[in-house]
Amino acid sequence: MKTYYNPEDLKKFGNISEFEPNLSKKFFDYYGEVFKDGALTAREKSLIALAVAHAVQCPYCIDAYTQDTMEKGCDEKQLMEAVHVAAAIKGGAALVHGVQMMNKYKELSM
Amino acid sequence: MITKSLLALKHNLSTSENQIKFLGSSKLTMFSEKLEQQNLFPLTTNKLEIFQVNLGKMCNQVCKHCHVDAGPDRKEIMTRDTMQLCLDAIAKSGAHTVDLTGGAPEMNPDFRWFVEELSKLNKNIIVRCNLTIILANKKYNDLPEFFKAHKIEVVSSLPYFTASKTDSQRGDGVFEKSILALAMLNEVGYGLEGSELKLNLVYNPSGAFLPPDQMALEKEFKGKLKSLYNISFNKLYAITNLPVSRFLEYLVRSENYDNYMEKLVNAYNPIAAENVMCRNTLSVSWDGFIYDCDFNQMLEMRIDVENKFQHLSNFDLNTVNKRNIKTNQHCYGCTAGAGSSCSGNVA
Repeated sequence: MKTYYNPEDLKKFGNISEFEPNLSKKFFDYYGEVFKDGALTAREKSLIALAVAHAVQCPYCIDAYTQDTMEKGCDEKQLMEAVHVAAAIKGGAALVHGVQMMNKYKELSM
Repeated sequence: MITKSLLALKHNLSTSENQIKFLGSSKLTMFSEKLEQQNLFPLTTNKLEIFQVNLGKMCNQVCKHCHVDAGPDRKEIMTRDTMQLCLDAIAKSGAHTVDLTGGAPEMNPDFRWFVEELSKLNKNIIVRCNLTIILANKKYNDLPEFFKAHKIEVVSSLPYFTASKTDSQRGDGVFEKSILALAMLNEVGYGLEGSELKLNLVYNPSGAFLPPDQMALEKEFKGKLKSLYNISFNKLYAITNLPVSRFLEYLVRSENYDNYMEKLVNAYNPIAAENVMCRNTLSVSWDGFIYDCDFNQMLEMRIDVENKFQHLSNFDLNTVNKRNIKTNQHCYGCTAGAGSSCSGNVA
């Protein structure tokens, strides 16, 4: 079946250098640096990445960071809590606009 | 929950021959080629340090990832005569450590006799205890005291500090019993700060993924086991699952085999390859044959020198040390990332 997303394409991420090697090298070097242990541990960064992957709804990133968090020693509860953080922020981001809606409603109301 | 070995199920992958055939059928770079690229092929031995003895395949558990295909239905067990051959070989071997494994080594009827005899040789003795055996039958309840009396180093598997991940790999109820057994070991002084009684845990991933950083995981295990269950231990060894026996069968059945092997190959670490455990280890099977490691043992890749299989009955240290170590595609499991051995990371 032909789909827009092909799981096999995740392994080909590095191939983006084929069309523009310089920028791609800068990106992957930066990417590698970002995920190293720093003020945050590599494990904490991986959980953040998993949450962001859900927020931006990137199937490649969800596959990649589900495996990566498991390889950082996280269990299913920790993964799901990270997803809830993403959901809470996305849900909250929608809801907080309710204040704007209320402002406008009141502005237009007698 | 699985209750039978692959052998009892007459599974295609229960034979070493079929496993080796399967491992060789993919298009992955041969492990030997990787070694050649860093002038390590053929892989040779260093000084012998660890003499590992597999006392038999009988076990009270049937873990999903078991490379031994151990279980209650396995009857292969080392006799006292073969144990005597081990004792003679160990005395001549110069190894500082004797590592007893299985199956559940404690289920061998001559286990205690063997440990008592080994104690006279003044070696560091490791017992790979699956924890639940201590509670499996009244006759095993005093194992913590027995271990203590012989200053045994206890090495035990605990894949996670939660029941769900532990039980999914090792069987229903294993986590709860493991915690009780760990408490019994702590009770007699094992794993406590300042105690000379060592209790080390082993982490194996509960699925088709690689283990985490060993030090970070040890820190987390120590914190969680202490705060949740008041359990103490010394070190945590993070071990990679090798595509052998039941773990191989799981990879194939779950359609994770290709990706897992690709991951192992891509994670090949030349430093880990230099330090693989088979260079300083000998592994003896229940029937007295000699292998480079426990994984080669399960794949029946016996060591041979000058076309002669090596058996304990004609053990000669100089002869076995002259051997070229046998490798195959499963060896990628020991060279991935930080490397993996029976004592955790090697790189």
